[in-house]
Amino acid sequence: MSVELDVFVGNTTIMDKEVYQLWLNGYTVNDAVKVRIEGGVMEECEASAEVLLSDTMDQYRTFQMCERLLHHPAKLANQLLFQFHPQIPPDRQAMLIERYYAFDDSFVREVLGKKLSKGTKKDLDDVSTKTGITLKSCRRQFDNFKRVFKVVEELKGPLVENIRQHFLLPDQLARDYAAIVFFANNRFETGKKKLHYLTFQDFAFCAGQLINNWTLGAVDNIMDDMDVDLDKEFLQELKDLKILITDKDLLDQHKSLVCTALRGKTNVFNEMEANFKNLSRGLVNIAAKLINAKDVRDFFIDLVEKFIEPCRSDKWTSIDVNLYLTHYTNSAHILDTFKHHAVWTRYMGVIKSCILRMYHD
Amino acid sequence: MPGKLKAKIVAGRHLPVMDRASDLTDAFVEVKFGNTTFKTDVYPKSLNPQWNSEWFKFEVDDEDLQDEPLQITVLDHDTYSANDAIGKVYIDIDPLLCSEAATVISGWLPIYDTIHGIRGEINVLVKVDLFNDLNRFRQSSCGVKFFCTTSIPRCYRAIMVHGFVEELVVNEDPEYQWIDRIRTPRASNEARQRLIFLMSGELQRKIGLKVLEMGGNAVVGYLQCFDLEGESGLVVRAIGTACTLEKISTFPATATYPSNSSPSKDMKEPGFGEETPGVPLSSGPPTPLRAQTFSSFSPSKSYSRQSSSSDTELSLTPKTGMGSGGSAGKEAGPLKALLRQQTQSALEQREYPFFTLTAFPPGFLLHVGGVVSARSVKLLDRIHNPDEPETRDAWWEEIRQEIKSHAKALGCHAVVGYSESTSICEEVCILSASGTAAILSSRFMQDGPLDAEHRFEEVVSPGCGFCHIPYDELNIPFPAQLTYCYCCRHYKVPDVLFTTIDLPTEANVTGKGCLIQARLCRTKKKAQGEGNATAISNLLPFLEYELHTQLMNKLKLRGMNALFGLRIQISVGETMLLGLASATGVYLTALPSPGGIQITGKTPSDITYEQHISNMQKKINDTITKNKELYEINPPEVVEEIIGSPIPEPCQRSRLFRSHSESSDEVSELDLSHGKKDAFVLEIDDTDAVEDIHALLTDFSIPAGFYSCNTEIMPGIQNWTSAIQMFTSVRVFRLNNANLTNQGLNKIFSDLCENLLKSLYFKLRSMVPCCLCHLNFTVAIPEDELIQVAVTAVAMSFDKEQSLENGKQSGEKTLIKAITDEQLQFNLELNAETSSSNPLSSPKGITMEKASPLPEGRSRSLRSNRSYSGSSVAVVKMTPLSFIPGAKIIRYLGIINMFFIRETTSLREEGGVSGFLHTFIAEVFAMVRAHVAALGGNAVVSYSMKECVFMENPNKNQAQCLINVSGDAVIFVRESELELTSVQPQSATTQTSNCGEGT
Repeated sequence: MSVELDVFVGNTTIMDKEVYQLWLNGYTVNDAVKVRIEGGVMEECEASAEVLLSDTMDQYRTFQMCERLLHHPAKLANQLLFQFHPQIPPDRQAMLIERYYAFDDSFVREVLGKKLSKGTKKDLDDVSTKTGITLKSCRRQFDNFKRVFKVVEELKGPLVENIRQHFLLPDQLARDYAAIVFFANNRFETGKKKLHYLTFQDFAFCAGQLINNWTLGAVDNIMDDMDVDLDKEFLQELKDLKILITDKDLLDQHKSLVCTALRGKTNVFNEMEANFKNLSRGLVNIAAKLINAKDVRDFFIDLVEKFIEPCRSDKWTSIDVNLYLTHYTNSAHILDTFKHHAVWTRYMGVIKSCILRMYHD
Repeated sequence: MPGKLKAKIVAGRHLPVMDRASDLTDAFVEVKFGNTTFKTDVYPKSLNPQWNSEWFKFEVDDEDLQDEPLQITVLDHDTYSANDAIGKVYIDIDPLLCSEAATVISGWLPIYDTIHGIRGEINVLVKVDLFNDLNRFRQSSCGVKFFCTTSIPRCYRAIMVHGFVEELVVNEDPEYQWIDRIRTPRASNEARQRLIFLMSGELQRKIGLKVLEMGGNAVVGYLQCFDLEGESGLVVRAIGTACTLEKISTFPATATYPSNSSPSKDMKEPGFGEETPGVPLSSGPPTPLRAQTFSSFSPSKSYSRQSSSSDTELSLTPKTGMGSGGSAGKEAGPLKALLRQQTQSALEQREYPFFTLTAFPPGFLLHVGGVVSARSVKLLDRIHNPDEPETRDAWWEEIRQEIKSHAKALGCHAVVGYSESTSICEEVCILSASGTAAILSSRFMQDGPLDAEHRFEEVVSPGCGFCHIPYDELNIPFPAQLTYCYCCRHYKVPDVLFTTIDLPTEANVTGKGCLIQARLCRTKKKAQGEGNATAISNLLPFLEYELHTQLMNKLKLRGMNALFGLRIQISVGETMLLGLASATGVYLTALPSPGGIQITGKTPSDITYEQHISNMQKKINDTITKNKELYEINPPEVVEEIIGSPIPEPCQRSRLFRSHSESSDEVSELDLSHGKKDAFVLEIDDTDAVEDIHALLTDFSIPAGFYSCNTEIMPGIQNWTSAIQMFTSVRVFRLNNANLTNQGLNKIFSDLCENLLKSLYFKLRSMVPCCLCHLNFTVAIPEDELIQVAVTAVAMSFDKEQSLENGKQSGEKTLIKAITDEQLQFNLELNAETSSSNPLSSPKGITMEKASPLPEGRSRSLRSNRSYSGSSVAVVKMTPLSFIPGAKIIRYLGIINMFFIRETTSLREEGGVSGFLHTFIAEVFAMVRAHVAALGGNAVVSYSMKECVFMENPNKNQAQCLINVSGDAVIFVRESELELTSVQPQSATTQTSNCGEGT
């Protein structure tokens, strides 16, 4: 004896925010019912567990029906299947979309920079075990990344704007997705142990820097350029910076300029002075190698290994780092034989803000 | 060639991907009407094609326009193989044929496929140029308006109510034709959908012709049903009430409430002009008895007699046997002699004095006799000649005759709130009809007599008149206890009153009402043919008896004395019969207070047993007390309050004739000390009874803040907010254990209904305080061991505090809603009179109209900015009620009558049976909304899901479902928007205008 079929359909679609979140989190119906019971909704409304089960299943079905539309949020506005509450349709729809596209930082850290392929998707159960996020939710988040990636990949124009328009996401979320797309496209390595201390927001910040300064779309505003790839010409020019470390005179000159400027302004002056050549070599080498796609992937690990770790072991504060990088950047312009000012500025601007962002425990 | 139909295909959107290679579609459209087909160009490689076609023109007879739907098929062009169909749209042209309805159909309509569901949308424009056809012998009936609403539609007034119209058409069911073995499920489904469309169109046209013959211009309470008789065919039948309606042109006073608010004054002239001055009730040889009744009644302020009870239907109906519908004839035999003597009104001379209306213009319904119903069990045979559906006609004729005779037995000349239904299982079919016997005023009858008395009374109609018994108290056809009316003290009223109509708005009600359901399951042996039919016929009376007892017990348990909107549904399956009776219980102030329920045991010797019984008795008493509190039933102590006229003379008469009826001994009219005397005695003599009482007491109590009823409105609740939520909920329960007892089944069935209600309350908890109105349950036995319950209703929020600061608004609403306060009601009538005779009223109307454009326009644009900014889809409200709270219906755009089939061969993939049906119902709603929006409407009123036939075969991963929905497409305007316009100019005449608007 059993209820074989049980449906409820309202002329205006009833969606419970709380249940929506449970669904997004990948809870099974039974688990969701448990959570709801603990939440005390039963006492509130004189309901029984059966009623709650029926309601939860019904809500889940509604969400599943709605999911198809959420994959193309622009359709949600002129679809006919669901009628949302007449007074607040835009809010309600925005909420649905935003929550559907929201992701867990711990999840995104696991897949950031990975190829959004079937292979990665197969490994999601490991990710799920590791993060404690349900597999269902992992899949949803992964599919969201992939969907956004596929749509934007082919589009011209500014990345963030494209995402915002196609997926009707709020600004911050659109930026995060831009970062995810950018990382996936350039396959930046983020999973190495040394990078574990970095949060998604650190990377998202860096991605924003890269997108805004190092892509083709960053320099000229021609709309048919894309934001997802780094400016090849710029990468090529970066090789010219090598002169800063290969030319012995230039290197010495650079060092003395920086040291002069820093003297007396920091507690770690000695370490700075001692490490200058090392650090400079590190940063310039990163620049010179970026023309190789493989080295682009190691960009962040290189920054950490070549710059952040040495500084940290010498107990620089971030103020020290800021000070050092400022003078390091500016001094180069005073070097008489150094000609590549524009490239240097474009390069160091991003490097500086990335390092500063990444310089924490 | 009296009509030109024009269609233009504008664009498509959200089309499905038909070409996997390109992820795109090469779509084109075929537009078909009758045998003519046009095609658009192919719009290559797009999911959002822009066809922008020319106008496709069809020159057709208006007869075809009424019968045929416009059929739009969207296809994917394929160079090498056959073009793939994406889906279809059927457009009912009917609303365009009536000048007062819609003028154009324009908008995005879902493209529907019976296998895949909705697949994108198409934007179309459809218009009709109609040439006038004055041919008297025409076959078309263009221009006759149809309304599902079972009251006079809000922006019309009734000039004349002509009466009953019915028609049925039959055909072979395409699903059972030989060709079905070789065609695809899609083709078969589409053939069926199209056929039902055609048959509905034809049916409507034929009914329209009947209406024109009667001199009417509209059908109100149009109820169309189809019977899937399987092998033996497909029957589409419809009933309705022919009327002559007149659009209320003046903007103002008649605002919201049952439109024809003050008919007595303004419409008398046209209405009575044609009336023959015959004397109705005395046209036959009047018996002295009747005459006497009359003379004693007439001088007093209100109507004559009163009404009945339920018992009626009990004692009269159940005798339905297969092949013979006329059983009642026998029962009513002794009465006949008497009835024959009685005067026959013009109504009685009609073939069927039936009315599908459930609410009436004031003064139309005089007395209510009680529920009459008839059932008959038939064996289906193949319909050989679709053009002559005589057998089916004859079957219904029998039933209607029986109903008519039942009504007569109750001393009534009319049946209101009339409806018909069927339940089919294999080759057995139960036909049912029910209604409420009543006496109507002749005012709206063309051929009706001029009844001076009634005309008089109409002006002052207290809220008790309809309760007064219409039959002769000495010849009560059933046992009943009569007392003097607790309102007027002049006329007799029964102790309980069962009806199928809505609670009359003018009725005096104490407290609030609630939904009352009786549920019953009876097992039966599997059988074939006649044996089966006989077995069912034999079971029916018991079923009805028990349902009735349950209803009565539950009514008493709630301390109430009347049922409205009673609907008894009996459903037949192979091994069981299901009975579900739903009604709204209320406490009518005019009727005596119901006695309690007293239980007695058969074996008093046993002490523990005694104990048990007294425990139960206590529980029952507690429940009654609790319920009285819950529903605010505190009837005034009548005896003291009523002034004068202690015991009018007629009682002597009744004593004289006492021996005449068996009921007389319990009549005891002199005992006015109200109801405690008649405690309802329940005898516990077997386990059945114990179970029953248990069931009675374990009925789930409604959570705080909720009310429920199956009628349009709930007495005692006013000031509705604009928040409404229409919903449909369906549950199917599988009985895995075949060896269930009747009790076990009863419990399961009852729990199923209760649990469904519980879920509804939980779902709608955010709307509290709220009332579930028009709760319409339908039960079915889709196959052995399955019970299906479907509910459609509307949840409406209301403000708890009757806030005085917006007194105007709440005042209006009070008037719209059940009027319980006599004072108010009096005001209302007074003002209705004054406003119609008052010269002030007409200038008021004009100023308002003048004033309206500006503020209204502004508020509208504001609103649209706000609410539609995010979406391009207009909001369409749906409700099973005939009105929208806080809004005024300004136009009826035509009837919506849609039939869909959905089938799947990948049930699991679509989320199982629940996923499948959930999607389908949501799609049906979406299609209804889209068609209403395309007609220019923003709501559907009187919406109902008349059929939801669900079949599944999980083993084959298949399921199929048929849904038939109907309603009236309307345009409404929020009262708050109207108010802006009306407040200022009215300030001078506040009082009148307030009440005027309420009326």
